[in-house]
Amino acid sequence: MNNPDVVIIDYGFGNILSVQRGLEHCGAKVVLTADPKKILTAKRVVLPGVGAFASAMQALQSLSLVAVIRELSERETPLLGICLGMQLLLDESDEFGLTAGLGLIPGRVITVPDHTLTGKPQKIPHVGWAGLYPSHESVGWENTLLKNNCPGECAYFVHSFMAVPTEQSHRVADSFYGEHKIAVMIGRNQITGCQFHPEKSGEVGLKILRRFISG
Amino acid sequence: MRNIRLIARLDIKGLNLIKGINLEGLRVIGSPNEHALRYYQQGADELIYIDSVASLYGRNHLGGVISAAAKNIFVPMTVGGGICSVDNATEILRSGADKVAVNTAAVSNPRLITDIAECFGSQCMVLHVEAKLVGPDRWEVYTNNGRERTGLDVVSWVKQGVELGAGEILLTSVDREGTRKGFDVALVKAVSAIVNVPVIASGGMGHPDDLVEVVNEGGADAVAMADILHYNRASIGEIRSTAKNAGLGVRYYE
Repeated sequence: MNNPDVVIIDYGFGNILSVQRGLEHCGAKVVLTADPKKILTAKRVVLPGVGAFASAMQALQSLSLVAVIRELSERETPLLGICLGMQLLLDESDEFGLTAGLGLIPGRVITVPDHTLTGKPQKIPHVGWAGLYPSHESVGWENTLLKNNCPGECAYFVHSFMAVPTEQSHRVADSFYGEHKIAVMIGRNQITGCQFHPEKSGEVGLKILRRFISG
Repeated sequence: MRNIRLIARLDIKGLNLIKGINLEGLRVIGSPNEHALRYYQQGADELIYIDSVASLYGRNHLGGVISAAAKNIFVPMTVGGGICSVDNATEILRSGADKVAVNTAAVSNPRLITDIAECFGSQCMVLHVEAKLVGPDRWEVYTNNGRERTGLDVVSWVKQGVELGAGEILLTSVDREGTRKGFDVALVKAVSAIVNVPVIASGGMGHPDDLVEVVNEGGADAVAMADILHYNRASIGEIRSTAKNAGLGVRYYE
């Protein structure tokens, strides 16, 4: 069989089917696997994820995938982490006690603020659609997965935790929840993470997936 | 400003999209996924599928419909009706649904709410409540698609459901459902006042202005619409414009 366009890491966490359907709709040939060999030889890799940080890391460890994913970064294989899959890219998470992440993008994962900037209580998880805005106006999105998107376009979010990258330069796009600015797309070299679900964000998300498979 | 969600609700019997009045007198509208695709293309923020006779047969049968929908619909989908176990929920989620809505089985076995929430996260576990007005500001919980009374008070049941792990409330007014008389704003207000999870108002949307009222006065986080869409009385785009012009936050969509 020809090498697929995208390998989705199937480690038991996440709406893998929806991610697969989204990528296939965009014309990609997709394989789901937890086989280190197939992951290491992939053209592009998606790390999906819905659920708890610690158990997801545990699952990756028990499948011996932590080193494999780090190796992808060495090989400069394009990697897209979605939702929890994005959070796993960072150094550590506060979720139910401190847990180490993959450490591919410096930073940590903390809870979404339960109050707005003006002190009003707000709902957690943050569920719904929010606009995407360039983190660095002057740089824009030219060399990112958002190249074909416009500032202000909305994506779909479901999350209780959020990424705080250490380096401002790793922020690609921000959204606002209760006036708090949240990093919702981060990137470093060939690695991208998005907090929202491109596979559930209608045409806005499909544009991101198309860009990922054509890049 | 948070964006309120515009949700198309599809009630299904067998293979047909249906619509009733007060959840009764069901009329066949057409093919569920033809309508679903149209609502997706019009910019619906989410879809809710309810298998309206499933509880009678003790099982949700929408797996096939959802798995077909998931091929060309890329917004969140919630599926309800007859979901009675974690296994059934798993099957529905594997078909491509993002959340399950549970009503009847949660009433007979509240533990199911916790089991589903622990397995898939609270954001996945929508408590569906069918409410009927029984006195001044008092509503009773109904099950089996509005057919059976339970004796439970809506407000205390919702409170209990959220404590057990429900991450969202789909609140259907049996009295208003299919009537086009507007939402039961007092019901939505009573429920949204006591929970910190999103509340979806369902039942009675006759005109786009009804949405503005249930959000502003009832505190709804989302609105489920059926009749108004199925009979082409307004498109999602028109409803979005009405909401936007009234100053509500909605998804930027073009």
